[in-house]
Amino acid sequence: MYTQGLLDHSEETEETPEFLAAFQKRIDQEEKIEPHDPMPRAYRKTLIRQISQHAHSEIVGMLPEGNWITRAPTLKRKAVLLAKVQDEGGHGLYLYAAAETLGISRLEMTEQLLKGEAKYSSIFNYPTLTWADIGAIGWLVDGAAIMNQIPLCRCSYGPYARAMIKICKEESFHQRQGYEVMMTLAEGSKEQRDMAQDALNRWWWPSLMMFGPPDTESSNTDQSMKWKIKRFTNDQLRQKFLDAAIPQAKRINLTIPDKNLKWNKKLNNGRGGYSHGPIDWEEFWRVVKGGGPMARDRLRARKKAWDGGKWVRDAATAYARKVKR
Amino acid sequence: MSDHLFSSILELADDHLILGHRLSEWCGHAPTLEEDLSLPNLGLDLLGVATSLYSFASKLDSKCRSDDQLAFGRLEREYKSCLLMEKPNEHFGYTMLKQLYFSTFMEMFWENSLHSKYEDIAAVASKSVKEIAYHIRHSGEWVIRLGDGTKESRNKMLEAIYELHPYTDELFHMSKCSKQCLRDGYLPDRSKLRSSWITRIESIFEEATLPFPTISYFHAGGRDGIHTESMGHLISEMQYLQRAYPGQKW
Amino acid sequence: MEKETLLWEVFVRSKNGLSHKHVGSIHASDKMMALNSARDTYTRRNEGISIWVVPSHLITASTSNDISDALANSENKIYRHPSFYDIPDDVGHM
Ligand SMILES: [Fe+2]
Ligand SMILES: [Fe+2]
Repeated sequence: MYTQGLLDHSEETEETPEFLAAFQKRIDQEEKIEPHDPMPRAYRKTLIRQISQHAHSEIVGMLPEGNWITRAPTLKRKAVLLAKVQDEGGHGLYLYAAAETLGISRLEMTEQLLKGEAKYSSIFNYPTLTWADIGAIGWLVDGAAIMNQIPLCRCSYGPYARAMIKICKEESFHQRQGYEVMMTLAEGSKEQRDMAQDALNRWWWPSLMMFGPPDTESSNTDQSMKWKIKRFTNDQLRQKFLDAAIPQAKRINLTIPDKNLKWNKKLNNGRGGYSHGPIDWEEFWRVVKGGGPMARDRLRARKKAWDGGKWVRDAATAYARKVKR
Repeated sequence: MSDHLFSSILELADDHLILGHRLSEWCGHAPTLEEDLSLPNLGLDLLGVATSLYSFASKLDSKCRSDDQLAFGRLEREYKSCLLMEKPNEHFGYTMLKQLYFSTFMEMFWENSLHSKYEDIAAVASKSVKEIAYHIRHSGEWVIRLGDGTKESRNKMLEAIYELHPYTDELFHMSKCSKQCLRDGYLPDRSKLRSSWITRIESIFEEATLPFPTISYFHAGGRDGIHTESMGHLISEMQYLQRAYPGQKW
Repeated sequence: MEKETLLWEVFVRSKNGLSHKHVGSIHASDKMMALNSARDTYTRRNEGISIWVVPSHLITASTSNDISDALANSENKIYRHPSFYDIPDDVGHM
């Protein structure tokens, strides 16, 4: 988003207590931090990790939905899905650029992803088995992502916040198109209804897991909250998602696959909210650690595209050099 | 009047749908992230034109099929797209070359359709002419870089030309229905566009340091529904849901 | 080892009468490719009618010190602001 050229200054900061306190004061006053501002090493590191993981998620996230572009059932759905998956690529691009302002190149980040060293949202390691999965992903996965992303528009790091504003604007149609797909199926034939319910059954729990481990176990939350990189905790966001999604499922007569789902008057400071049954955190950690059913396929597909495109990138570079001469 | 116009519009619509479908296969698999955004843009433009054309055709159809029924509900032999469109994306160079061939042709075709006596055609022509200038620029710039890039990229482009050029002549063929449409002033004469198409492609090839090939045998047949073998697979994939769950709303 | 393609900054004029505004960056090997990618990345929703692309490394930027010095300087010059002058109300809008 900003230039690498702006990063000529030294990234080294002397982390005296005075420096850290002054930095914290800027954050507390809701000042935005820009690329050439002095910042604690850990702040930079945390941001690079979070933004690059976010970027990788957008890029890998193109694959499960991309899996249905060539099988979309109508001209309209085909165009919508193509535009939607393309948007996700754009999000990845904006985010890589935001991370680049912190002194890491897109190439480095790409290599980290392809070597399997970088994390991305593990929800994309589940397979898209039917057309209804396209509906479920748009509605639930994009829905959960939006919950996460809206507060990031106010993140303390300027380039990240600006990327998120752009992304959130584009996201607005993603969830709606997904819900519309689900609604059409839910109002369709018995087979279509079953397809929709099956997709909801499979995507519901992974969607809840998208917000990450419960606050009691989340290690990064405290410092990130203090630095205003994060503004809500995992559980707070999960709660928001739950309260929004459940009435939406009811509206189209689909059943949330959770027998323990209850209305709890005490939640949300007495305004009430839904409480869910136990989340299978063992599955979560298994998938995070690379045990997701499509994990290897996703990386293979990315690697194939990257390696297969090398001759194209090389040709462009060689041509540019020739023309300059 | 409607029969030959219907068939001619369908030919055009099929060209755009099949090529757009091939472009959409790239989404998420392109050589650069930037290209992952560009290829769907091209694809979306083509799908947009296809959608307009199918809806015009639908109005003229004696069997009253909807645009989606026309796009997704026919058998392989009933698709009338040129063979070039269905040729698989063997590599990125194929895709760019195909796009350059088609877009260069279609720009002239639409320019000559701006004053069509059939209003719908004139309308889609004026919209497409604007989009297609960019398609030519995008694919042309790539053909130049790949042709004049590295030894490897040049060889890959030579291979793509060898494979694809024999399918280009079909673009200029006049089917029976299109001849009738020409007489009625609905659609232009494709065969008259050949020489300036060659000039334009030659000049881009020259910049790309690529040879303009001499072809002894050209392939054609798509307009009669005689396709290559890859077409059946493309269609099976594209029509999967419409066939597995016939007559439903999506 | 593959080298990173050049990074470019993209500026878009959303309509005539407005200046170009920085919207983001892209990677491209040369200016024509940069312009094409900028178009496909940053004007998919009718955001603009004119695009500038500039190689990022050609931008010369101030350091935060330059700016804060300038800021301190201008804060002294309150006479540059219209509210510095007392004009009677009955003179009317000025
Ligand atoms: Fe996204
Ligand atoms: Fe999205």
